[in-house]
Amino acid sequence: MTESPPPPPNEVPPLPSSFSLISTLGVVAMLSGLLVVLIYEYTKPIIAENKRIATERAIFKVLPKATSRMTFVVRNGQIERADDKTIGELIYAGYDADNNLVGMALNAAEQGYQGIVQLLYGYDYKTGCITGYDVLKSTETPGFGTKITTDKDFLANFNCLDAKVNSEQTGLINVIKTVRHGTKQNPWEIDAISGSTITSNAIGRMFNQSGQALHPIIAKNLALLTTAKESERGEHE
Amino acid sequence: MSKSTQKEAPLTMDVFTAGIWKENPVFVMMLGLCPVLAVTNSVENSLAMGAASIFVLVCSNALVSALRNFIPKQVRITTYIIIIATFVTLVDYIIQAISLDLYNKLGAFIQLIVVNCLILGRAEAFASKNSFGKSVISALGMGLGFTLALVMLGGVRELLGAGQLLGYQIFSLNFEPWIVMILPPGGFIVLGSWLLLINYIEQRRTGKLIAEDAASHCTVSPTRSS
Repeated sequence: MTESPPPPPNEVPPLPSSFSLISTLGVVAMLSGLLVVLIYEYTKPIIAENKRIATERAIFKVLPKATSRMTFVVRNGQIERADDKTIGELIYAGYDADNNLVGMALNAAEQGYQGIVQLLYGYDYKTGCITGYDVLKSTETPGFGTKITTDKDFLANFNCLDAKVNSEQTGLINVIKTVRHGTKQNPWEIDAISGSTITSNAIGRMFNQSGQALHPIIAKNLALLTTAKESERGEHE
Repeated sequence: MSKSTQKEAPLTMDVFTAGIWKENPVFVMMLGLCPVLAVTNSVENSLAMGAASIFVLVCSNALVSALRNFIPKQVRITTYIIIIATFVTLVDYIIQAISLDLYNKLGAFIQLIVVNCLILGRAEAFASKNSFGKSVISALGMGLGFTLALVMLGGVRELLGAGQLLGYQIFSLNFEPWIVMILPPGGFIVLGSWLLLINYIEQRRTGKLIAEDAASHCTVSPTRSS
């Protein structure tokens, strides 16, 4: 009489076929894709509306005299009419109740202490001043970098930060820069927040970069910006 | 295909409550500490992260449990990660749709739920071996326990770091906030303090139980005089 030998102790169980492994992953991935697409399609208009509301809130915060706004995009040094979905460097022009241009809201971003700080700032083309900003995105250190929205002395820099365009319309007359706390002497200098120097410097750099790039373009295309609202009203009528 | 062959323990209240206290993922198992330390600088952030984690935990455990008999052992971790990543993507879109401000506050930590070892750990250790109902109940308990821990940390940090709770001023305006509490070191300090307190209470409770147990079983022995 013969007995079947016992199985070896470390016997590896047989592998399932490659088809079985691939089909499992394939089915799970397909289910996953389906769920993601469904939720994406459902939430897309809601997210777009949330973003529009957030942008609009920021624009009217930095341009308090504006009652309506129009969106433009910069292409090859020229300004063109656009909408909020347009990809590119957007310029938001604010108009008062009489359709007069009151200023522009411009985007600016720069690396701060913990990540990119993204702002929307108001620019008064008549005085050449940066008149305030709203933080769109920031991960700066609470209690330090976040002071850019609460520190009264720092915010006072933007009652009228000089960002005038030079006569050749190639850049700013003066380079905007951040200086050590308590040493500000000129209207184009930003008095830094003590203890938040990196974030303060980031603000100075982003305003200078944005000003040097966009303010001359605004100056060159001012006629389009000032008449756009009237033209739009004419088109509708 | 892997089959669950062992007979499963019945569904009891313990399955739900274990995750809340006895096996709390943060205070007992010390899992998912990255978001615990990172987002608990306010109660609002803690609640939002807790709700997102509960959603991902419950949905992923439910799906893993439902598919447990069809997922080959060799590709189980890959499959779990796909399932978890799917629900994290969903919760990411949902939070953006609910509040952009909240989404910006939580930053990358919503996406990082994918690598939260609590969620993968529960999928592998529990959901893949237990029935659908039991997995969902356990995940809910674990999620609530995780949220409780987040809120316990967030509450202390917001109170001491800003003098507020859920944005409402609690301490007088003369209170000088302890900024360190809402910075990363504050997370470590508060977590360490809670662990110290909870372990102290637990040890005292266990010691008391052992003493009571010993007292009820001990036989009277003659005392020896020196």
